[in-house]
Amino acid sequence: MSDTPTIPALELPHKHYLNATYGSGLRSWLLTTDHKRIALLYLCSVTVFFFIGGVLATMIRIHLLTPSGALVTPETYNKLFTMHGVAMIFFFLIPSIPAVFGNFLIPLMIGAKDLAFPKINLLSWYIYLIGGCFVLYSFSTGGLDTGWTFYTPLSSVYSNSAVTPAVIGIFINGFSSILTGLNFIVTIHTMRAPGMTWFRMPLFVWAHYATSLVMILGTPVIAITLLLAGLERMFHLGFFNPALGGDPILFQHLFWFYSHPAVYIMILPAMGVISEIIPTFARKPIFGYSFIAGSSIAIAVIGFLVWAHHMFVTGESTYAALTFSFLSYVVAIPSAVKVFNWTSTLYKGSISWDPPMIYALGFIGLFVIGGLTGLFLACLGLDIHIHDTYFVVAHFHYIMVGGAVMGYVGALHFWWPKITGRLYPRALSRFAAIILFIGFNLTFFPQFILGYLGMPRRYHTYPPEFQVLNVLSTAGASILALGYLLPMSYLTWSMRYGKVAGSNPWPATGLEWKTDSPPLTENFEVTPEVTWEPYDFKNRPDLGLATGAPLPAPAHGDD
Amino acid sequence: MHRTGELYGQFETLGQQKESATLGMWVFLVTEVLFFGGLFMTYTINRRAFSTAFGIGSNTLDITLGAGNTVVLIMSSLTMAMAVWSAQVGKKKLVSIFLIATLGLGTVFLGVKAIEYKQKYDHHLIPGHGFDMRYRSAHPTASDDLRELAREKQEVETAIKSDPDINYHGQLYFSLYFGMTGLHALHMIVGAGLLLWLIKGSFAGRYTPQYNTPVEIVGLYWHFVDIVWIYLFPLLYLIDRHH
Repeated sequence: MSDTPTIPALELPHKHYLNATYGSGLRSWLLTTDHKRIALLYLCSVTVFFFIGGVLATMIRIHLLTPSGALVTPETYNKLFTMHGVAMIFFFLIPSIPAVFGNFLIPLMIGAKDLAFPKINLLSWYIYLIGGCFVLYSFSTGGLDTGWTFYTPLSSVYSNSAVTPAVIGIFINGFSSILTGLNFIVTIHTMRAPGMTWFRMPLFVWAHYATSLVMILGTPVIAITLLLAGLERMFHLGFFNPALGGDPILFQHLFWFYSHPAVYIMILPAMGVISEIIPTFARKPIFGYSFIAGSSIAIAVIGFLVWAHHMFVTGESTYAALTFSFLSYVVAIPSAVKVFNWTSTLYKGSISWDPPMIYALGFIGLFVIGGLTGLFLACLGLDIHIHDTYFVVAHFHYIMVGGAVMGYVGALHFWWPKITGRLYPRALSRFAAIILFIGFNLTFFPQFILGYLGMPRRYHTYPPEFQVLNVLSTAGASILALGYLLPMSYLTWSMRYGKVAGSNPWPATGLEWKTDSPPLTENFEVTPEVTWEPYDFKNRPDLGLATGAPLPAPAHGDD
Repeated sequence: MHRTGELYGQFETLGQQKESATLGMWVFLVTEVLFFGGLFMTYTINRRAFSTAFGIGSNTLDITLGAGNTVVLIMSSLTMAMAVWSAQVGKKKLVSIFLIATLGLGTVFLGVKAIEYKQKYDHHLIPGHGFDMRYRSAHPTASDDLRELAREKQEVETAIKSDPDINYHGQLYFSLYFGMTGLHALHMIVGAGLLLWLIKGSFAGRYTPQYNTPVEIVGLYWHFVDIVWIYLFPLLYLIDRHH
């Protein structure tokens, strides 16, 4: 032991984007055009909405502890699940990975100094805030009880809650999403460093390209649809109100034309995260790079052609239903391609069980369950039985929470050393990852059974025989909450006290790991030139990775 | 990011900057197509469902003003294209002249649109409690052609027999008419603001053969807004037109 040479402790770089001096204090943050700082602004604001949505979810689960409802009145219950959905979907999940990690990482990963339009990037954050304020105004002045789907004529005529400000808020927020997507697409096209060809880009960037396509093509449609519904409510017009000749089914078509692809806005970036984590901790090139890249695009394209599977019970024509059912099966193919490629990457890899990897493996397991149960719902006959039951609730929570949020928390752990320059405790973070996985399954797996037995969603009471499963679900939710609070506390702790990470702690092969942690404001001292293939752990002497040389073990913080 | 002359710090070259700006505008226009697309879809579905009411609605529109405005808008696209060309070949004075001409034609369009809206207001064709498809023929003014009004009255009376809810369905038509032309007019107003900004830059001699990206991408936007009208005009004014 005594003859081991002492390794000098790493130090944070002298100058980086967090301490760069342009302006001072708050002003330098609120007027920044640095994509990394804007990413952190988004990180803070989506966390606020995650908490609001989380508190509402907690109240739902407490209410459902007893068959007759333990906590609130039926009207309030309607508001709880509606506001939970609106906060989580529009203000947490959709911006989460793209606006935080996409913003932070895309320029770093392709070797650019910033996004193509830094001011538009900042503008998108302000638009998000303004939209968020409208929605919070709605929440605090009467709430919202239409369901996050805003079906007309309930939302446009009959609801007595604060629908108008909520609709305006979501309309405004849409433009934040559109501008982010636009910025990413242009950046990926025009800002790549020399040698960074399309097929040398990290799969995270491919996933965000596909996500951006959905953002720019889908979001305008929901914007105009909600605008029409809002105008209908404000001025008593009749676009979607059958009493005045309008067509409520048209609203559903237009709504789902965005809102189904929106699911891919949530899951595609998470898939991009997993594609980065898996090869890093299996220390192997990713299996079938071009298939994973292509499957992202395929999901984005086919995802636009499946929307009416939300409407099988509206009386749409059998032929339309058959087509949409078939296409919904088809979209499972590129998703499965990804899962098979990730698992093939693991095969004969030298796997290390670091926290990001645990989240990634958890993602694969939960996404498979969520995806397969999606096929149940795409099946015409079966969907009639389980439509609008807890089976649906469990299915989309497996995709959105088990998939997207797992990916988000995994990304936090994977890139935290890059963002802050510091590492977090290893044992505690592994424990948190496992807690999250267990808590999640305990919360939502019973809901599959409840739904299959016939418990409808959005009801504030249920027959006594469903109580055991509901209590299990609520118990799981409290474990799940711990799984979120733990990372939040030790990550915050590590910002100041964590061990210094160095530029490439895992080590990983992407360009973002070749610059300092935290990076310079300009990202790189000199524009990098890419001469290597992606995810190559053997031929990267610049990172100390060569054939035959021992692979360095991932660095980790002190426990 | 620091800015050196016209080059923003995140870019390496002016060429890269121009490529990014142009692509950005095209992507934005794609989102605009989808944005208007939702409205066009709603219009098409309802037009098919209530063709009688929508046909009568179309016939109340003033085709002279509508067609005239179409010509005005196409002319403004021409002057916009000329402004872009002038910037590219370095004729700085012409840039200003053509930009001002474009702004002038755009303003004429908006003015004519305002006159048309006023007509609809006078004829009680604004959706709401005062809406009445029969109002105009029942309240002729001195300048009205009485024979035409009688024919209009006849038409509405016949239509009511087959569609007793015609006042509701007519309101749908006019909601969509005001929604679509209003959104288009809003885009024109934004375009006019952009033109003012360009004109200011052109007075300062900012646009040269080496750097004219702003003129070019505002041009793209202006042409797009023009094209939207090219679709709106036949959809709103021309279908089922018979007098």
